Formats: sequence, C-alpha cells, structure tokens
Amino acid sequence: MEQILETNNKERHVSNADGEAGLRRSGTLKKNIQYIIKNPMLYVLMAPALILTIIFKYIPMYGVIIAFKDFSYRKGILGSEWVGFDHFVKFINSPNFEVLLMNTLKLSFFGLILGFPVPILMALMLNQVRRAGVKKNIQLFLYAPYFISVVVVVGMIFIFLSPTGLINQIITYFTGKPIMFMSDPEYFRSIYILSGIWQAAGWSSIIYVAALAGVDPEQHNAATIDGANLLQRIWHIDLPTIKPVMAIVFILAAGGIMAVGFEKAFLMQTALNLPTSEIIATYVYKVGLKAGDYSFSAAIGLFETFVNIIMLVLVNYIVKRLNENQGLY
Amino acid sequence: MYFKPTRFDKFVLTINYTLLFLAVLIVVFPLLYVVLGSFMEPTALLNKGISFDPSDYHIEGYKMILTNEAMTRGFINAVFYSVSFTLIQVVVCVCAGYPLSIDNFVGRKFFMTIFLITMFFGGGLIPTFLLVKSLGMLDTVWALILPGAVSVWNIIIARTFFKGIPKELNEAAKVDGASEFRIFYQIIVPLSKPIIFVFALWAFVGQWNAFFDAMIYLDDKKLYPLQLVLRSILIQNQVDPSNMVDIQAMNELKRLSEIMKYASIVISSLPLIIMYPFFQKYFEKGVLVGSLK
Repeated sequence: MEQILETNNKERHVSNADGEAGLRRSGTLKKNIQYIIKNPMLYVLMAPALILTIIFKYIPMYGVIIAFKDFSYRKGILGSEWVGFDHFVKFINSPNFEVLLMNTLKLSFFGLILGFPVPILMALMLNQVRRAGVKKNIQLFLYAPYFISVVVVVGMIFIFLSPTGLINQIITYFTGKPIMFMSDPEYFRSIYILSGIWQAAGWSSIIYVAALAGVDPEQHNAATIDGANLLQRIWHIDLPTIKPVMAIVFILAAGGIMAVGFEKAFLMQTALNLPTSEIIATYVYKVGLKAGDYSFSAAIGLFETFVNIIMLVLVNYIVKRLNENQGLY
Repeated sequence: MYFKPTRFDKFVLTINYTLLFLAVLIVVFPLLYVVLGSFMEPTALLNKGISFDPSDYHIEGYKMILTNEAMTRGFINAVFYSVSFTLIQVVVCVCAGYPLSIDNFVGRKFFMTIFLITMFFGGGLIPTFLLVKSLGMLDTVWALILPGAVSVWNIIIARTFFKGIPKELNEAAKVDGASEFRIFYQIIVPLSKPIIFVFALWAFVGQWNAFFDAMIYLDDKKLYPLQLVLRSILIQNQVDPSNMVDIQAMNELKRLSEIMKYASIVISSLPLIIMYPFFQKYFEKGVLVGSLK
C-alpha cells in the first residue's frame, strides 16, 4: 500500500507537468501484475464498457469486410466469397454515384459555411448583454429548439410549409399561388440548412459563450481608455479569444462532412424531392436494409467513412497552416 | 471600473439587442404557434391568428391522443426505453471513467485507446445491423439500449471530472484502509452528482428523441416508441381511422389529423419541457467540463 502511495505521489508531480510521462516509467511487468491483483475491482468497473465496446463497436468493424465479399446469410461472414473492390467499382461507375456524392457534399458544405458563423455571432452578441439575468433568459429560449426531436422538427416543417400552411398563406396573399416547398427539389437544401440553423445555432453558441467568459475585463477597459469603440473591441479582443475554439469546432465539423444528419434528410424526403434529397447515407439504408444488398451497401458506407477521414486530415492541415499551427492534432 | 458608453457604442448595443430579440422571436414563434394550434381549430388559427374568442379553443386534439392506442402505448414504451437506457449508460460510463482517472492504473493508456478509436472509426450501419440481428436482439429492448450504451465522450468527461477531485480525499481513505471500489462508491460517486445529472439528461433526451434504431430493429408495432408513432402521424400522415368514432367525410378525417398533429407534438415534448428548467443550471457546466479536454 505504501509503495502505491509513493509512486502515486511521484507520478502526480510528473503528470502535472507532462501528461502521460508517468505511465511510461510505471515499472516492470511484475509490478503491474501485482497492481492488477491488488485492485481487481478497478477492472471490474471497466469491464461493462469494455465488453460493450468490443461487441458493438469492434465486431462491426470486423464485419466491414463484407464490403469486400459477396455476403450471404447461408455462408456467413467468413464463408462468403471474396470479391475485392467489385462493390466499390460498381458504386463509382453507377449513374447514381455523381448525384449522390454531389448531393451529400453540397448539403454539408453549404450547411457548414452557413451554419458555422451563426453561433459565433450569437455568442458575441450575447456577450454584450450586461445583465446576467436577461442573458440567462435569452439563452434559455435560444437553446430550447435543440431539445426537440428530429421527427417533431421535420413534422413542424411539413406543417408550416404545406401548401395550405402558414408560410404559404402569406406567400399566396402576395403572389396568388403557393410554393410546393416539400415536393420541389429546388427547396430541399435551403429548408434543410435553415431549419438546422434554427434548431442548433443557439446551442452551438454555448461553447463560444463559455470561452468569452474568460476574457479579462481589464483588457476591454484598457482598450476603451485608448479610444477603441465597441466594434473594435469585439474585433480585436473577443474574436481572437475564441479563435482556437473556432478552429477546433470547424475541423470537427468538416471531418463529419459526409456524415450529414441522415435522419433529418431521410424524414424530409418525399418522392418528388429525391433528386436533391437522396444522399449517400439514405441510399445506404435503402440499398442495404430495404433491398437487402448488404455487401454493396456496406461498401458505400465504407466509402463514406473514407471520405470523412480524408476531409478531417485535409481541413486540419489547412486550418493549421492558416492558424499558426493550432490544429486539432 | 465602468465607462459610460459613447454614442456609437450605444448605437451598436441597440442593434445588438434588436438582433437578439429577433433571434428569440424566430426561435419562439414556431413553438408558440404549435402550442396554440393544439388548442385551436386549425382553420381558425390560420385565418384569424391568435384568437381571443373562447369558442375557437378546444381540447379535442388531446382527447383524441389520450384515446389513441398507438400514441399512449408509444408514450409508455418511450418512457421505459429512455429510463432504462439512461440508467445503463450512466452506470457504464461513470464506472469506466473512474479507473481511467487514476494515474497509475495499469493499462490506462491501452483501454483509453480502445475507446478513443471508436470515436473515429466504426463499422457502419449494415455490419452493426447484421450483428444485432445475429445476436437475436431484433424486436427486443436490447437492440435500442446496448449498442449505444457506451458513450466515449461521457467517459472522457467523467475521467476529467474525477481527476479534478482532490487527491487528498482519495489518499486519506486509502490510509484508512478503504479499497478502490469503496472509495469509488462512497467518495467519488456522491461528489459526481453534477456530471451524473448531465449524463442522465443527455441520455434521456437522446433516447426519447430517437427513432432510427427503433425503425430498423423493431418490427412489432406494439414495441414502437413514441417518435415512431409520431413519424406516422406527422410525416406519413397516417391516422388510424379505427381509433376515431363516427367519421363519415374525408374532410373530417383530414381536420382531425390536422388537430392531432399539433397536440401530439406538444404531448411528446412534455417530458422535455418538464425537465428543461430543472437541468438548466447544469447545461453550461456540462459543456464546460467537456470542452476541457
């Protein structure tokens, strides 16, 4: 026991200064085994999470190999025949490929470009609200939509945008005829992105609001004495403070560029808006689970993951370059 | 120190407040409209807007929902799924976070890597579905609960939180002869109420709002959670006529389904509305802890 306490102390000093260095020195195999025997309960605590992760995360990762096989239930994953990259080639050569890829990329690209600045603006504006009580209440309202389910949000979209819904009543009043929002492919992206901003912008601002709370008021005072106006202070003091947070949020968002909110796109699909609303994820679902073409569908899913990883690395590289080496990793 | 704002600054602040007010209005209006719509004749709402005539108000929509078997069963199912999911996820993540927070825990880095990898790589929809199917979990609660029970994010947050607990507490207990496990449940867990609340909030809300897993894993309509029932009412426009009495005209059916939409949205959001102020004070705390590392 004393020994453990001692190493504990020693390591704390090290780990305070430099994260993982303590572990590297933590001694021999014998010591480790002793530790495990002495503290079996710690491993019991770990066990549920570990077992669940291995079953539900790692086995499916292994299952991905069906993307390179012709999977059939009868033969099982191991017994099915290898077909190499056939499914990928088939997907890339299919007439759907270009449309699906462009739909996915456009939806997430415009979603990112339009959705990224809104929470930052909101946080900067909220930060100027001096009375804490008022600020809290505004935040309470702005966060609320985030807690509404996708089904309800899409349900509300259908209610408001239906040919006889509120928006169309107004449009009809001015132009004389309603717009078929949900059955016209032209509107799908705008509706998807704007409703996304409506739902999440408030909540996404929370991280910037927190970062802005760290700004030293003295800085603002000093700038005021030097004659800086409010906009100048926001631009030169507040904005640089949240720049590192912006970089991280942006990189993570770009890394998920292919992982468009599948559920919402799926729910917003109508037979008529498919030309723009069919994205890779919804296609995977239809081909795989509805049509039962497991291997082909798994290959498309893998393709999606692959593009995501490339995007993450690429955007991280670019942001690092632009942002004085402050990337995600 | 306080500086009197200059005229320009005042002007900027005025614009600032105006924009914030607009933002709140844009966010609140649709929600308010739906709540009002649930108590009003849809046509009256569209033509008159907010009415002060009591005869425009009724609770027909709510009556219909309470007598609609699919809705009530969906509600009960959703409560059951959400509560059990919350319990399991919170326990699993808090338990795993503790050993990982101990500096000399043997294998810490290895376990952490195992968890972290799953944040960036995954098998995807189809292999996961095939696994759940081969485990015989289709049409069972387990399909909704177990695959998502481990939240790596939560484990990291828990770990960071535990690291912030003064080590002296830990050591004092050790000197008194307490085992690691005892330290965990008698010292660590009681101190961790804030993060446990935050985890519980997210788990409950997440499961309550989820529909996709239920859609692919459940065939039996009796097992459907509320969101799937809502989907058929709100988006697929399927209102089961057998649940309504005396419907002759199609128009009446349409009117009723319209009324029901608004009311069902409100009913389905009730648990969240009740929880919202209660958990409010933990919002920022949770995100703050999470953004630390």
